[in-house]
Amino acid sequence: MTFPYLSALLFLPLCGAVVVALLGRRRSDAIRWTGLAASLAALGVAAVVFLRFASGTAGMQFEERAVWVPAAGISYHVGVDGISLPLVLLTAVIMPLALLSSWTSVTERVKEFTVSMLVLQTALLGTFLSLDLVLFYVFWDAVLVPMYFIIGLWGGSRRAYAAFKFILYTMAGSALMLVAIISLYLQSGPAGARSFDLLALRDVVVPMPLQAWLFGAFALAFAIKVPVWPLHTWLPDAHTEAPTAGSVVLAAVLLKMGTYGFLRFLLPLFPEATRQFAPLFAILAVIGILYGGAVSWAQSDMKRLVAMSSVSHLGFVTLGAFALTVEALQGSLLQMVNHGISTGGLFLLVGVLYDRTHSRLMADYGGVAALMPRFAVVATIIMLSSMALPGTNGFVGEFLILLGAFRVAPIYVVFAVGGVILSAVYLLWMYQRVMHGPVVVAARPRVVEITSRELLIFVPLILLIFGIGLYPAPLLQRSEASVRALLERVEARR
Amino acid sequence: MTPSVADLRALWPELIVAGAALVIMVWGTFMVQDRQSPLRWATTLALIAALSETLALGADARALFGGMYSRDAAALVLQTIALGGAVMAVWLSGDYVERTRLEAGEFYALVLVAALGTMVMAAGSDLIMIFLGLETLSIPLYVLAAYARDDLRSQEAGMKYFLLGAFSSVFFLYGIALIYGVTGSTSLVRLGAVAASDSIMLRIGIGLLLIGLAFKAAVVPFHAWAPDVYEGAPLPVTAYMSVIAKVGAFAALLRVFPGTLGAQTAQWAGALALLSILTMVLGNFAALLQTNLKRLLAYSSIAHTGFMMIGVAAGTRQGAWGVAFYLFAYTFMTLGAFAVLLMLERRGEEADQITDLTGLASRSPSLAAAMAVCMVSLAGLPPTAGFIAKFYVFAAALDAGQTALAVLGVLASVVSAYFYLRVAYTMFTGEPQGDVSFAGGRWVAAALAVAVIGVLALGVFPAPVTAFVQQLGQALR
Repeated sequence: MTFPYLSALLFLPLCGAVVVALLGRRRSDAIRWTGLAASLAALGVAAVVFLRFASGTAGMQFEERAVWVPAAGISYHVGVDGISLPLVLLTAVIMPLALLSSWTSVTERVKEFTVSMLVLQTALLGTFLSLDLVLFYVFWDAVLVPMYFIIGLWGGSRRAYAAFKFILYTMAGSALMLVAIISLYLQSGPAGARSFDLLALRDVVVPMPLQAWLFGAFALAFAIKVPVWPLHTWLPDAHTEAPTAGSVVLAAVLLKMGTYGFLRFLLPLFPEATRQFAPLFAILAVIGILYGGAVSWAQSDMKRLVAMSSVSHLGFVTLGAFALTVEALQGSLLQMVNHGISTGGLFLLVGVLYDRTHSRLMADYGGVAALMPRFAVVATIIMLSSMALPGTNGFVGEFLILLGAFRVAPIYVVFAVGGVILSAVYLLWMYQRVMHGPVVVAARPRVVEITSRELLIFVPLILLIFGIGLYPAPLLQRSEASVRALLERVEARR
Repeated sequence: MTPSVADLRALWPELIVAGAALVIMVWGTFMVQDRQSPLRWATTLALIAALSETLALGADARALFGGMYSRDAAALVLQTIALGGAVMAVWLSGDYVERTRLEAGEFYALVLVAALGTMVMAAGSDLIMIFLGLETLSIPLYVLAAYARDDLRSQEAGMKYFLLGAFSSVFFLYGIALIYGVTGSTSLVRLGAVAASDSIMLRIGIGLLLIGLAFKAAVVPFHAWAPDVYEGAPLPVTAYMSVIAKVGAFAALLRVFPGTLGAQTAQWAGALALLSILTMVLGNFAALLQTNLKRLLAYSSIAHTGFMMIGVAAGTRQGAWGVAFYLFAYTFMTLGAFAVLLMLERRGEEADQITDLTGLASRSPSLAAAMAVCMVSLAGLPPTAGFIAKFYVFAAALDAGQTALAVLGVLASVVSAYFYLRVAYTMFTGEPQGDVSFAGGRWVAAALAVAVIGVLALGVFPAPVTAFVQQLGQALR
């Protein structure tokens, strides 16, 4: 019996949440440190999993399986492969940073906040690790409640509206997925021999009209989460109103649940339907890339700008997922991580400014670079990563996606490249208005250089930006075998 | 025909409850006002004794009393839920009736008699027995609804419940009469044997049975009494009523529809599915508009009736045990929510407005957390009992080919998230209301703890209870 790494990873944050819940509510510092320690412990386990992960193996590793509800064919089955590993690691990296970022900005109900964040982490990790569809759904839906409270309780002025919109929108999408999960189970064999196990269900051939319906139900849930244009309308509100830590987790990790769902469930479970509908998703993705970019350009609120830019960036990820080539899929997977790092970073940058002036409007800023030189350097690096400049992580991901998609249909790439240009336009435009120009006098006394704690949050992000940008091999090597196996599966059933 | 000793021995749980009701009623008259807490202990002990006796007797397929009664697995499962719910309801009531000076032997006696009625409904295998159970359940509930003698709302609730309830009982009775006219018997076994016949009178009879039971379970369009009665009745009575009447009604629905008419599913599944859809839609949408928590919970209970009807309409074993699991979950989460309300009061009255919960989290985080767990479970989100319960009934509907029913069910469930989470949200925001204070003592707290643990345990480790309720599926048919 080997050490259950994945269960340890999964439940460490939850145990942390229990400990925090037992601490006295006035002991804010003890609560913050406990929360951070729990998420760092999870990061440690995730790092061990990453290092001990065998590259070149397509199958599941670190698998654990236990009976959960035998009567209904549900089991506790977790495992990690090249597709889930990057996202597990991303979650583990982002969570401690998000907690650090709220160190001074969340001062009310610190205990509830920390508990919500830790529960959220367990739910997110569970989503990426589950290999049983019901277990997956449980974690998938369990993400909603803590996130709902994070937006609704610590968010901006329209937080209640944003929180309800977030949860109702995403629940409506996932409700039909539950029906589809059960229908898939019923297809898996005669009564008594059915299972919710993903690895078993991959081999079930669902007849066509039904397969398209089930594909649709899963795709709707995922597309809302990503979000794929035109299902993105919940996103600007949720991201803008959420507190910084909430926006970071939303952008960096929650949206990836959708794109991960494409790769983990849609492609292997419904290969015929995937091939049939791939062009539709590619077109929606390209529209999203351009639309998100254009709308970002029109924003006056920095947080809204970053939020809308996610629609554009996730468009690339979606395009990569449905291009169905090895390069594009690997790029898509890498770009999920990259977007987590760069957009998470952008939200953190806005959070730093917001903590000082309590304004998110670009008009209220100017000449910040003169007052906060160190901050300006950090901001430059993260923006360049988001623009996918060569040498940064974003370039590797977007390049692979465009390369892979070009092989299938150059026309998509012709339009998608417009998104790359747009991202340079809106980001540099924001940079110029906030960082350069005359110093806005009203804000001056409060705009002080970032503290060491704030800088500490950005250091790992900057290291990752250049690390992945210059040497992406450790990630790509680990994911390649799984991606190839996935594509073979999609192609095999013709 | 004289009952044999074996028959009587199988009746132990019912005899314990009935005997305790009589003893406690008489004993209560000898007790000084304000010092009647021994009655709580006695009622609790009697119910727990009956519960352990029920579990000890287990499932026994033999027909008792000439086929009138059966202590089969269905009776075992449903009586367990009823008695468990009754124990929790007694714990919920204690502090409240003491505080409002309503505590008396007859209160507990009525609670026990209503539990007895549900037990009989769960075990009756003859329409007459089911009717007796129905009346034994209903009459104490009419009285309990009007139990707050000085409160006009309570009087009105009792009157309304009684009038409409009596009306529905007549439907049920007339249904029995018509069925007797066709089959020459009131036995369910006999009914099942001739059900294949194409008699219009038989169909009308079964339809009337359905109406009678639908009223008790608050199925739309027979639900109109529920919001007013829930709002008017004293809070612990509302809590008890919302659970015990539901268990009784669904016990009979399961016995009659999947249990007896299982071979004719095609003929009634559509009608039940339609009732289920109406109930889910109206219950959930009406709940969106409520500002009073008791009314909100009333519509919530209507909505959950709709979800449970999905399991009945599926007409399969899986649907039947899904309903039983749902009843377990429903008992825990609903009584948990009521327990929180019972721990609050507004200037000596019930704190029954949603706004009364404002800022509760800052004054009592554990109470707010408990309420949040119950609300999340009522909304059907994992990892709680409510999710697993809905999962089972949806799975049953899909397995039975009722895809539309399952799809509407999940969508209704999304609507419900809005009003349940709004309650949770209210507790965590804003400033606490000055005139709301804490009431209720250890008894209510114990009930709340049991409810919350139940909600979480059923959500995280559903396997043991699932195995327990699955026996019910085997007993029917």
